[in-house]
Amino acid sequence: MPLLGKQTWQFHSQPVLLSSAAVVGPKEGAGPLGAEFDACEKDPYVGQESWEKAERRLFEMACQMAVQKAGIAESAVDVLYGGDLLNQIISANFAARTLSVPFLGLFGACSTSMESLALAAMTVDAGFANYALAATSSHNSTAERQFRYPTEYGGQKPPSSQCTVTGAGAGLVAKTGSGPRLTHATIGKVVDMGITSPFEMGPAMAPAAVDTITQHFQDTGRTPEDYDLIVTGDLARIGHKIATELFEEQGIFLGDKFKDCGILIFDPDQAEVFSGGSGCACCATVTYGHLMKRMAKGELDRILVCATGALLSPLSNQQGESIPCVAHCVAFERGEGQ
Amino acid sequence: MIKQGVQAKQAYKKLAQRHVPKRPVVANVAKAFLVGGTICLIGQFLNQFFITYFGFNEKTAGNPTVAVLIFLATLLTGLGVYDRLGQWAGAGSAVPVTGFANAMASAAIEHRSEGYVLGVGGQMFKVAGPVIVYGVVAAFVVALAKQLLTIM
Amino acid sequence: MTFDLTFLWAFLVGGGICVIGQLMLDLTKLTPAHVMTILVCSGAVLDGFGLYEPLIKFAGAGASVPITSFGNALVHGAMAEAEQNGIIGIITGIFEVTSAGVSAAIVFSFFAAMLFRAKG
Repeated sequence: MPLLGKQTWQFHSQPVLLSSAAVVGPKEGAGPLGAEFDACEKDPYVGQESWEKAERRLFEMACQMAVQKAGIAESAVDVLYGGDLLNQIISANFAARTLSVPFLGLFGACSTSMESLALAAMTVDAGFANYALAATSSHNSTAERQFRYPTEYGGQKPPSSQCTVTGAGAGLVAKTGSGPRLTHATIGKVVDMGITSPFEMGPAMAPAAVDTITQHFQDTGRTPEDYDLIVTGDLARIGHKIATELFEEQGIFLGDKFKDCGILIFDPDQAEVFSGGSGCACCATVTYGHLMKRMAKGELDRILVCATGALLSPLSNQQGESIPCVAHCVAFERGEGQ
Repeated sequence: MIKQGVQAKQAYKKLAQRHVPKRPVVANVAKAFLVGGTICLIGQFLNQFFITYFGFNEKTAGNPTVAVLIFLATLLTGLGVYDRLGQWAGAGSAVPVTGFANAMASAAIEHRSEGYVLGVGGQMFKVAGPVIVYGVVAAFVVALAKQLLTIM
Repeated sequence: MTFDLTFLWAFLVGGGICVIGQLMLDLTKLTPAHVMTILVCSGAVLDGFGLYEPLIKFAGAGASVPITSFGNALVHGAMAEAEQNGIIGIITGIFEVTSAGVSAAIVFSFFAAMLFRAKG
């Protein structure tokens, strides 16, 4: 039975993450993981005329690289699950137009990377696709423009802010092949603990991450000992500390195994990084660029990646609403022949 | 699992606030004072300059002074410098009229990608709009109140 | 050019008004837009009580450069017109005195949009 417990999908055929690609912008390329990404664009406009067109181009590049690395033709991809932060998810829409692949657009804010991967794995596992692509992107300037202020505005951000990652990540899932196997995915519920400030995203998302991960343990019967690494998408330094405390309240002690992509992607000394990275591409690029490389090298055998998203809009915020959040996690296991 | 009842939410807000770093108020205030004071000092120089060399008087020198400051702020915004200054200076660069210029210029520059009419024209007041609206409304109310009081 | 004590007061008063703005930003949940709005309205109200013009005389640019003086100037324009043309002057006179600031901002912003590209 594919449904395990309340919210977890078990992929009996254990589909393979055949290939993945991570493309980033200049700040991420200059960060601690810079060398591990497939491409680093020095120009934040990626040679395009607008920020939105730049993000779209990054999305396309990540998808094209992932498909190329797998050695298949673009036309062989049966479905693309993709999304981003922008209104009407235009980055994903227009990239899907270029790629000419059957497309299902998603909005999960910063949880899109694992949301799309879970759906891709489920689709392949159930036989509805031979090759399924999961992709997402974000861009510092498009996020600033849409959610906050024009990029040249001289407003002062508090230390609890986060820095939206410029980049895109794509993963290609297939029935067989060499690569990490996707064994489980836990689909999160929306959790809203009443945080209202868009400058406190980490505190807003931490409860959702803890809710989904604890549900995962309950549904699968696994414990933190079963994993080499449990990593959240973009809680950053503040959300990470809060999540650690929330786990402890539930009697779960993760210790050093518990990391966060928003903390890993930037060096705290880099300009205007504040409490860490955020954005759809944060989890996607760190997972597909850095973590998959570590698995390939044999440093990690089994990991749980939990992407966290804040489901607000500037309008909901102005109307006085708090920030509802969601988190989805996917379990990766080292395949044979790796 | 995470409880989401009213009490749980209140308890969580307290937990979260313990971890959210406090803003460095003293440092921010010092920087705001320094930068704001300097911008006004530059304004005072400009005032005196226009009075001495261009024949303006105390009352009318404010106009060209403000125009020059707005020009400089717009230039710095276009060169990509004003936002760096703003992060450091906070209210020190936002409160003087240069902050108003930055709000207008940054919106205009940002939205050129949507065209000159709907982008630049339509979005220019996106950030600075409230200042103009409330300035006018407040002035209307105050002036009306004063007029009514003098009539009565 | 006369260098008198007004220069010192310009620095101190201007810095002081910015400090008030910074305290509002740091100690409350107000956004920059809210803080600027409050300051503009404060300038208007202070001029209503006849307190802002003396501040400008005393501190020069320290009072005429911060956004508070925008509120002051709007009230002045309204009052001056009202003295001349009766109560309708309140509506017709508002932008008279401040037109330098608003016009400059619009025109320069427009040219900036033509010449510059957002750098992110």
